[in-house]
Amino acid sequence: MDELTRGFFQAIQLIFSADPALYEIIFLSLRVTGLALLVSTAIGVPVGAALGLSNIRARGFITALLYTGMGLPPVVVGLFVYLMLSRSGPFGVFGWLFTPSAMIVAQIIIAFPLVSGLTMAAVQGVDPALRLQVRSLGATRAQEVWAVLREARLGVIAAIVAAFGGIISEVGAVMLVGGNIEGKTRVLTTAIVLNTRTGEFSLAIALGVILLALAFLANVAMLRLQGKS
Amino acid sequence: MSAPIYRVENLRKEYERRVVVDVEQLEIYAGEIFAVVGPSGAGKSTLLRLLNFLETPTYGQIVYRDRVLDGHIPIETRRQVTTVFQRPVLLRAGVRDNVAYGLGLRGQRADGRVDEIIAQVGLQALTYASAHKLSGGEMQRVALARALVIEPRVLLLDEPTANLDPYNVGLIEEIVREQNRARGTTIVLVTHNVFQAKRLAPRVGLMLNGRVIEVGNTQQFFDAPHDPRTAAFVRGEMVY
Repeated sequence: MDELTRGFFQAIQLIFSADPALYEIIFLSLRVTGLALLVSTAIGVPVGAALGLSNIRARGFITALLYTGMGLPPVVVGLFVYLMLSRSGPFGVFGWLFTPSAMIVAQIIIAFPLVSGLTMAAVQGVDPALRLQVRSLGATRAQEVWAVLREARLGVIAAIVAAFGGIISEVGAVMLVGGNIEGKTRVLTTAIVLNTRTGEFSLAIALGVILLALAFLANVAMLRLQGKS
Repeated sequence: MSAPIYRVENLRKEYERRVVVDVEQLEIYAGEIFAVVGPSGAGKSTLLRLLNFLETPTYGQIVYRDRVLDGHIPIETRRQVTTVFQRPVLLRAGVRDNVAYGLGLRGQRADGRVDEIIAQVGLQALTYASAHKLSGGEMQRVALARALVIEPRVLLLDEPTANLDPYNVGLIEEIVREQNRARGTTIVLVTHNVFQAKRLAPRVGLMLNGRVIEVGNTQQFFDAPHDPRTAAFVRGEMVY
């Protein structure tokens, strides 16, 4: 319990200490997760919407794949990305292994099924009569799709929130493909692992509190957006 | 009588080989209120969806304003016709945004017309209320206002007052009558309520098992029907 209390106060001290190493870790965490979220949203929302709106025969199979993807263990994703980006792998020429780019790729793979799968569910949850109604009011095909997406927006935001929570807190993939290199690929989660291993519990707790606070603030921001909707 | 706005010829709609609509011939005249009555499952709603170009006929054709419509329907034509469905489906937005929706689709601004129509349906006090917090009657009035604001040439009404209280029924019927009288909007009303058909429409048709059994002016249709099935239906003796 003392350790926890100490860790909490140390977190407050750390935040106000203007320690450049800490801010570097925080900014890298936000940059990696932010970019991964941006890309997975840009691809995942249209894919989820298309699946939710279409009646293609393979939809059941694709849905099963997506739902499986939602439960992918990050460490398995890390291993896969590691093999792909390693020097002998098919994408080794990029030289991305042990760089933030590799971490972003891994997080996109984790976030994409969450964004697209939950967007698909949100779109399917929209009253089917709405499409007929807006078409009757003179909507073009594109306007009809947009109307459905607007109606599903609460679910789409929830999908993005879930994906954010999933990748900001994951450690297995970023540890494997980033390597937790100080000043280069160290993020909050990998720093927590390192400090726990070296017995720096207070610092690990402090970083944990910062990670939680960031996740909380991001969720509050998205929920406010949801509320406005 | 004015020229037909719709001429339906050998129109057939099948779902998985089940015939839902099979109308040999039907004419609907510009500027009239035409009621289609019949029991549930007679194909009335499917006929309306066909008239709104929301469904493609399996066979046959619809001639709309002297143009045979088959295959791709131009958006300008589709936008002349709209439907108010039995169950109003409103957008997750305020009353005003819902009413203005069709104008937005046409790239038009939500101007004074929107407020005028909202007042016409008696919802000015709820202009900025959330549409999903309204009562069933209020929701249907929003749906009607949303259809009227785009000034359709043809307004299709699919059981618009089913499950509503007498106050809302009276209000909606009055608005429909006024729309037809003042703007000359052609109105096709689908209802299983023969009294409503009698109150609103000068011409009525009976649909049964997808077919139009009889069409006539209201007095003849109710007082001296030609077909025994029409007689049974208007007397409330039809078992279905």
